[in-house]
Amino acid sequence: MQITATMAGTVLSIPVAVGEAVSEGQDVIVLESMKMEVPIQSEVAGTVRVVNVQVGDFVNEGDVLIEVE
Amino acid sequence: MFRKVLIANRGEIARRVIRTCRAMGIATVAVYSDADANALHVREADEAVRIGPPPVAASYLQVDAVMEAARQTQADALHPGYGLLSENPALAEACADAGVTFIGPPAHAIREMGSKIRARQLMREAGVPIVPGSDGEVADLTAALQTARDIGYPVMLKASGGGGGIGMQVVESDAQLEKAFAANQQRAKSYFGSGAMFLEKYLEAPRHIEIQLLFDTHGHGVYLWERECSIQRRHQKVIEEAPSALGDAGLRKRMGEAALAAGRAIGYTNAGTVEFIVDGAGHFYFLEMNTRLQVEHPVTEAVTGLDLVELQLRVAAGEPLPFDQAGVALNGHAIECRIYAEDPVRMLPSPGTIQVLELPTGEGVRNDVGVESGSVVTPYYDPMIGKLIVHAPTREAAIAKMAQALAEYRVEGIKTNLPLLAQIVAHPQFQAGATTTDFIRQYVQNRKES
Repeated sequence: MQITATMAGTVLSIPVAVGEAVSEGQDVIVLESMKMEVPIQSEVAGTVRVVNVQVGDFVNEGDVLIEVE
Repeated sequence: MFRKVLIANRGEIARRVIRTCRAMGIATVAVYSDADANALHVREADEAVRIGPPPVAASYLQVDAVMEAARQTQADALHPGYGLLSENPALAEACADAGVTFIGPPAHAIREMGSKIRARQLMREAGVPIVPGSDGEVADLTAALQTARDIGYPVMLKASGGGGGIGMQVVESDAQLEKAFAANQQRAKSYFGSGAMFLEKYLEAPRHIEIQLLFDTHGHGVYLWERECSIQRRHQKVIEEAPSALGDAGLRKRMGEAALAAGRAIGYTNAGTVEFIVDGAGHFYFLEMNTRLQVEHPVTEAVTGLDLVELQLRVAAGEPLPFDQAGVALNGHAIECRIYAEDPVRMLPSPGTIQVLELPTGEGVRNDVGVESGSVVTPYYDPMIGKLIVHAPTREAAIAKMAQALAEYRVEGIKTNLPLLAQIVAHPQFQAGATTTDFIRQYVQNRKES
């Protein structure tokens, strides 16, 4: 399952790490754009397999941020 | 009058100040970050000085960099615009130290109103009604829970140093307050440098009505009527109008006089706005004072026929107010829509390149914009790309004119809230003047879900 960016912006924080178990609805990335913080949630329960971004990276809407298995 | 004004801001408001300066024969200096090197405000000013990289903390919020730009260009006055450093007393103080006139109130007035807790205290002393709430700061969760039970849920948890809806949350129970307290305190600390929190009784569906004030340095003050700004999302304004749809002359006078008392209580000078919330029974309560020019000042300009930036410059230069309260006109009705670079349904930011920008035109239609075709809307700054203002003889005619103007407004390349604005303006409840701060949640979001 690929977790994608809902908006263009900067990666403010990544509260999870590769190998970590996440639950459905858990915040996995916090994006910031235009003075607004937007948490991105995992749509599924599982384990974080890949983290594609680092804090400070700029991402576009639709970019794959994290993969959860 | 001043020779040269530095504008410590960007986007549409920097252009707005340049426009009046030019009409008055005053030279202008723009400042800019690397992200704004090609921006309209930079090209339109007589001079421009780079002040740093794109993030605001490294550029537009750097008092030293802004003051260095003023020194280099020998500007004799500084206009702070709104947002950014406009309500930071350190900038007003730095100006005073450098012998540059700050076009705004004295630093002490900014500081006192910047602390919402202190402002509540001052207003109570001045006899201005305040929302029932905590008596000063709630030190910790235990104190917050006790206060919340005393005033009764729902309550609004707020940061004393807050603004723009950050660090505030409505809570309806002990459990929600327990969850919200630490998180909002942390956010307040990181955004405003102070984690001081307080509580107010949460009023369901009030109107947000504010009074525009103008004081000279000779002890004279007037109120330039009210603006209603109830149409909000995330506690940020979307549509403003003047006068209020309430159209209550008695209430206008009582609020105007309370606002003047608020300004006098802190020795205010220049333009400022006292924000109130008004309940269904016509009771009004002090919310906060904005010690600067407001985003929505054009609706006041439309109905009064005044140029607020010109008046700011004149009173800052020591001129007396050229009219008294009886000399303030109130003609017709004006509405402003804020054009945001955001997804109209999810209301999330949508930065990108504006491929095409075509603005509506016509009598009584005003556009204050910070962008043009080809402009890049970056994720670094506020999502507002422009303001559309209409003025007509009646509220009904203004709404019709706004609907037409919104239909003509064309932005391609990024998503904007234009469809949302059109939907609000066409809504029977908006047209009936039944505008309260929960309007978008109540009528727009519900409709989408059903």
